[in-house]
Amino acid sequence: MQNLIEARNLKKYFATQKAVDDISLNIAKGSIFGLLGPNGAGKTTLLRMITGIFYPDEGDILFNGKKFDPAADISRIGYMPEERGLYKKMKIGDQALYLARLKGLSRAEAMIRIKEWFVKFEMQSWWGKKVEDLSKGMSQKLQFVTTVLHNPDLIILDEPFSGLDPVNANLIKDEIFRLSREGSTIIFSTHRMEQVEEICDHIVLMNRGKKILDGTVKNIRQDYKEDLFRIEFDNPVLPEHTAIHLFHVVSKAEKELIIKRNEGFTTNDILQYFINKGLGVHSFNEILPTLNDIFIRLVETAPRARQFETVAQ
Amino acid sequence: MSKIGIIIEREYLTRVKNKTFILSTFMLPLVMILFIFGSVFFAMRSREKQRVAVVNDPGFFRNNLKSDSSSVIFDFTEGVDSLNYRSKGYNGILYLPEGDNKTNYELRSDKQFGLEARGYIERQLNKAIENNMLQERGIQKSTLDSITRVSDKSVQLDNIVKEKNGKAREANAGLAYGVGFGSGILIYITMFIFGAMVMRGVAEEKMNRIAEVIVSSCKPFELMMGKIIGIAGVGLTQFMLWIILLFTITTLMQFFIPHDTLVQFQEIQRNQQQIPGGANNTMILKILEAKTTLVEGVNWGLIIFCFLFYFLGGYLFYAALFAAIGSVINEDPQEAQALMLPITMPIIFSFIILTSSLQNPNSPVAVWASIIPFSSPIVMMGRIPFGVPDTVPYWQLIVSMLSLVAGFLITTWFAGKVYRTGILMYGKKATWKEMAKWAFRKA
Repeated sequence: MQNLIEARNLKKYFATQKAVDDISLNIAKGSIFGLLGPNGAGKTTLLRMITGIFYPDEGDILFNGKKFDPAADISRIGYMPEERGLYKKMKIGDQALYLARLKGLSRAEAMIRIKEWFVKFEMQSWWGKKVEDLSKGMSQKLQFVTTVLHNPDLIILDEPFSGLDPVNANLIKDEIFRLSREGSTIIFSTHRMEQVEEICDHIVLMNRGKKILDGTVKNIRQDYKEDLFRIEFDNPVLPEHTAIHLFHVVSKAEKELIIKRNEGFTTNDILQYFINKGLGVHSFNEILPTLNDIFIRLVETAPRARQFETVAQ
Repeated sequence: MSKIGIIIEREYLTRVKNKTFILSTFMLPLVMILFIFGSVFFAMRSREKQRVAVVNDPGFFRNNLKSDSSSVIFDFTEGVDSLNYRSKGYNGILYLPEGDNKTNYELRSDKQFGLEARGYIERQLNKAIENNMLQERGIQKSTLDSITRVSDKSVQLDNIVKEKNGKAREANAGLAYGVGFGSGILIYITMFIFGAMVMRGVAEEKMNRIAEVIVSSCKPFELMMGKIIGIAGVGLTQFMLWIILLFTITTLMQFFIPHDTLVQFQEIQRNQQQIPGGANNTMILKILEAKTTLVEGVNWGLIIFCFLFYFLGGYLFYAALFAAIGSVINEDPQEAQALMLPITMPIIFSFIILTSSLQNPNSPVAVWASIIPFSSPIVMMGRIPFGVPDTVPYWQLIVSMLSLVAGFLITTWFAGKVYRTGILMYGKKATWKEMAKWAFRKA
């Protein structure tokens, strides 16, 4: 699969922090890409370089196989920053029209698309209202519409669900899936892990300006598995059943065990053992770590709060 | 349309369509007229009549101290002293002991006399002493009176300036002063109004966090310039409306002037002489004359061109700096105050130079201040009505204009650099030193 974005050794140093410190990543065309990291990891700085707001100190970005040229490629990108912003005193319709025209749509074209989206999101009655009249969730929806209005190849969403109720969050989520199916590439930046597992194909985890994880959600969970298994039995488990060198018990309930397999043995060895003991195995499942577990494990090994440092430029 | 065009359109339309714009366009001239009439009215009122009792024993001043029925009346009634002058209806009592020692003179009153009244009394005393001495040396009272009649009329000095083409032109210093002061003060006020508008607009975009959305669609520089140019358009629209308003009013005024008065006036103009007694409507004739002097006494084409040039140049020069400030401040308006000081100081200072250069348009201070772009928009507009090229040689005008253009290119470049960093920085207020650092760093 071809990559829409290829970043090579990106660096951006500020006076007191190495915000982005030598990051390379590929984002496949049409994929939903998750950019994760704790607060202050450098996500926003990285996104600002991809949207052309910042120039990298070092390294370069390829957009669609060619060197990224902000002036030309910017209209192919839709960016919804974490800090939402709209003109408070401007009418909703005018505002959407203005932002769409800045992205290069003609007035007539923009008008047609805005109307489509407003119908879809049931926002028709908002047209003449001002942003200051909207609730937080409403302005969030408006912000999403203005981000995707010009059918961008690359949609960057920084925490798109914050402040949305479940109904509206699902509405936006469905749109994200639809846009992805229609060929848009989506970068999704968040620290809500359950959403990432649900939505993203590929993730990169950043911490302190560096990339510490890169892969598909499935592969990463496999890579970080700890040989844990949950076994459910038909009959109660007795202590003598667990005195064996194949595994050790992590936790135990009446008819359930969570075990950690010892090195050098296979799952078949364990199943064989219980069958020989005459215990009926009801189910046997591997426990894969959630992204949340992996995230916490990786980030916790580093000092929690980012410290200021002097950066030699 | 280009992106900057779309931004200009938005900045312009949102402001011009605003009710406050329409209101301020029509209210401001009204407020100014009220202000002028109000200050004249209060100045007239404050000239109240002062009755002064004079205690001057041998009556040395009795013959030569002249009262003015509208301001100060001297009264030589007997039996008035410092205890009873109030009850006898006097505002003050003037003690003039005999002798040449002028420092012994004394004015006692309950309330302090105004500067004007005191000046009048002092002038009259000097005059009276002078007249007394002349009479003592044998000048007849009648001779003295006839001299006084002539010397009391003030001289009207016509300053005939010889132009390069040999044609003599009557320089109207009063008119030049008025036009210079008017356009200087107008540039001064609008620079503040529209500069602050730019600063508020930029700060608002930063506060709303929309700046980040916009700069992901266009260059920060385009956003900044779009705002500056859009607001310049608002300013020009306002001037245009004022000119139209003024033109309409003066045209309408002519309909209210009787036809034969107009004919009479044209007659007078053609013959270049007053028709004594013939004018039954002297007031209107005077207004018409004033209007003709106003229209013909000044090179309006040049002045309007220069005014627009210096308004735009000065505005662009300072608006960029105001935009830079807007981009670095946060929620606290106090921060803006502190950062604005280095920008408002030169503007206020140029206004002070303007007032002195109107008195003396060729002083070195006036010449230099009208060339340096920090003050040239205001000071040069004060000098131009005195005549180009007599008072302001062509080279000065050209150097001044070129340096203003160079000046705003530099401030815009600097502001652009500061702006692109400041607009996305939250939390800490930047200092001018930090801003200078941003300007010289690669993006």
